[in-house]
Amino acid sequence: MKTKILLSALVAGALAVAGCGGASDDSSDSSASSGSSSSGGTKTSLSLVAYSTPEVVYDEIIPDFQKTPEGKGVSFKTSYGASGEQSRAVAAGQKADYVAFSLAPDVDKLVEPGLVPKDWVAQTEAAGGKGGFVTTSLVSFVVRKGNPKGIKGWDDLLKPGVKVVTPNPFTSGAAKWNIMGAYQHGGIGYVKKLITDHVPVQPKSGREALQTFTGGEGDVLISYEYEYTTAVKKGEKDIELVTPDDTFLIQNPIAATSSSPQQAKDFVKFVLSDAAQQHFADWGYRPINEAILAKNKDKFPDPGSVKTVDDFGGWSKINDELFDPEKGSVAKIEDEAGVSTAK
Amino acid sequence: MTASPVGRLSIRVFALGYLALLLAIPIGVVLYRTFEPGVGAVIDSITTPAAVSAFWLTIEIAAIAVPLNTIFGIVAALVLVRTRIRGKWLLQAVIDLPFAISPVVIGLALFLLFGRTGWLGPTLTDWGIQVIFSVPGMVLATIFVCLPFVVREVAPVLREIGDEQEQAAATLGASRWQTFRRITLPAIRWGVAYGVVLSTARAIGEFGAVSVVSGKISGETVTLPLLVENRYSNFDLSGAYAASALLAVIALATLLAMTVLQRKGDSR
Amino acid sequence: MAATAVTAPPKPGRTSASRRVGGRGLTGLGVGVVTLWLSVIVLLPLAALTAKSLDGGLSAFWDSVTSRQAIAALKFTLAVSVIVAVINAIAGVAIAWTLVRDEFPGRRVVNAVIDLPFAMPTIVAGITLLALWGPKSPVGVNLAFTQVSVALALLFVTLPFGVRAVQPVLIELDREMEEAAASLGASGPTIFRRIVLPNLMPAVLSGAALAFARAVGEFGSVVLISGNKPFDTQVSSVFIFKQIESDNATGAAAVSVVLLAVSLLMLIALRVIESWGSRHDR
Repeated sequence: MKTKILLSALVAGALAVAGCGGASDDSSDSSASSGSSSSGGTKTSLSLVAYSTPEVVYDEIIPDFQKTPEGKGVSFKTSYGASGEQSRAVAAGQKADYVAFSLAPDVDKLVEPGLVPKDWVAQTEAAGGKGGFVTTSLVSFVVRKGNPKGIKGWDDLLKPGVKVVTPNPFTSGAAKWNIMGAYQHGGIGYVKKLITDHVPVQPKSGREALQTFTGGEGDVLISYEYEYTTAVKKGEKDIELVTPDDTFLIQNPIAATSSSPQQAKDFVKFVLSDAAQQHFADWGYRPINEAILAKNKDKFPDPGSVKTVDDFGGWSKINDELFDPEKGSVAKIEDEAGVSTAK
Repeated sequence: MTASPVGRLSIRVFALGYLALLLAIPIGVVLYRTFEPGVGAVIDSITTPAAVSAFWLTIEIAAIAVPLNTIFGIVAALVLVRTRIRGKWLLQAVIDLPFAISPVVIGLALFLLFGRTGWLGPTLTDWGIQVIFSVPGMVLATIFVCLPFVVREVAPVLREIGDEQEQAAATLGASRWQTFRRITLPAIRWGVAYGVVLSTARAIGEFGAVSVVSGKISGETVTLPLLVENRYSNFDLSGAYAASALLAVIALATLLAMTVLQRKGDSR
Repeated sequence: MAATAVTAPPKPGRTSASRRVGGRGLTGLGVGVVTLWLSVIVLLPLAALTAKSLDGGLSAFWDSVTSRQAIAALKFTLAVSVIVAVINAIAGVAIAWTLVRDEFPGRRVVNAVIDLPFAMPTIVAGITLLALWGPKSPVGVNLAFTQVSVALALLFVTLPFGVRAVQPVLIELDREMEEAAASLGASGPTIFRRIVLPNLMPAVLSGAALAFARAVGEFGSVVLISGNKPFDTQVSSVFIFKQIESDNATGAAAVSVVLLAVSLLMLIALRVIESWGSRHDR
């Protein structure tokens, strides 16, 4: 007994010491290594904090950046997770030099505590990212292979018996995009019918919504175009993409934080440059870089009408009117929908 | 034992049936899906630099959290069972409490304490101590979620064995420490063992609370469960399963180690 | 003689710490260590949480906590956690019994896998349960997105508690009494009911308390298979998560505090039942 306790304490001590050395290699799981710093030179380390889906893209972009003169000798510490969670982490003190989130409010939240410069949009725009964004995408439908229910547009979702899977906008800020897609089609009346009669479950996030859908639940999944492309590229089968005629534009922001070194701003510029934007296009994101977008036109069909956040007064108005957890109309719909399904 | 053969059989059927339904089938499915792409793929998956660093980090955190928790657990169990202080019921309940807090809330609480605008955060940062978004914060969160295990395992055993032998030893002139080491400890060793097994299993498998306070920095603050989640988010399901299998191996190894040590104690 | 020592709680005077060498000082040290550890690890974070919950004042606290969704989630969470704790307590005794007293091939293997639900990351548990008991279930059972599915997930992750709490006590259990009773003609079930069970009760309740506490706080393994339907399958931890994600940390803290307070009450009640039981045992 005593030996056991002694032993474990020893092991703990030894490992603690060893662990402090830690893993020198901070590569993520793809073949690319986000590299340790190269020989000599000024050693800068950039902390990249992003939402989860573009991890595969950054795994390709970072090594490319490290080959450029601005990127030589720059090592990266990367962190990926749900957009809202990452934003909260940075607000709580997580070191970040470059942030890339799913929607602009997650960056805006960092302005007030002074972590991101007030003019971040202008800064990103100056580097080539119109509106402060690095990529865009469309709210689309994912259906089972063969599209057995013949889903073509938003109205088809209201056909009797059609079950729609979409993540809950209150557990996943990014899921608000999906609701906005519905909202731009038929206003709050449509959203109400959709949620009340056709949305049986409320997955926590986009990824879990896809899991629920591929797990056999529902006929249609409301998703982002790039999520579909990435999933398929990573081996997901038996699903198809349907782009409705009218939909909503998803816009993903990036910014260099207030205390970040020059290399972070260089990185922003690089991410918006042709080479990096092509990587985004390869994984299904619509590049903000217009030249690259044009080059990849065949990958990205043009729907008839695409609305944006600006068409509805901007995020603060949308969040107040629709998504306020107490007074927002979507919250009210959820409350009332719950009553009808409650025992 | 004293149960009739029929009785024994029916208990066995009930127990094993319950286990089969609830436990064996899901675990079987996990195993199947893990090795579906082949053993080679699994080995590749768990030897990537990210997986190796996650593995060592997981072990490191458990190696700090579990012994500390064990010592606390034994002391707390002794206080609860062998002393006469008042308010024990409150003490036991408080010990159980951290467990009932959902992981997201643990993260929130730790943010509130050690975050940029937290109660202790700014002061600690001034002193150059980084708690949150680094290993100490993760250890704290882990200890938090494992807190009651050893206590809850050891206290009932302490109660069960009674203190006659300890009293006898004291009257024979043994010191407190000698009594503890020679009489109490061996008597509670199975309680301690299972407490350690449970704590270790939880410590290595904990996701929620550790996830929030870790910062998920690749290669630095990503434990195996975080790696599993990361791979899952990146549509690498087989990689996620492979990393889970690694966790299962660690849990099994812990149980094996505990069992071996107990039997050694038996034969002494 | 042995009977009284094993079934009765230590009599006062017998175990007075002061009768032992260095008694009082060491009790003080023990209590001191425990208090310090608990304060740092548990009480401090809880204090920060409570302070945050009152950020908007008492009326805001009350509003957050009494919203219909919050109450529905709380009721469901508590109900399902109690049910799960009871089931796993009973199953735990049966399984621990089989593992300790019974002999069958593969016993060691079964013993080894008991803790696996614990070591498994919750997302893997979630995916697996969805695959097994969801729309694509190989056995044709579709329980996903129902209240039963929440119970299933919770039973899975709290299974080890029921078993491991009872196991060490069973191992240490003094068989003499059982054998004495048997030689006096008592039947198996009677022996179990009158002799074994009272001795196991503290451990059983211990395991039940742990299972209950874990079930109340569980998030990861439940969130996928439950479908999180408000007023139906949504558990408190998900509701709290919604508040945090909507930048309502104060509301989240408030609901957590209430959930904790209720859990605390139930844990205390459990302890009271336990000491009642052992008192009436005389």
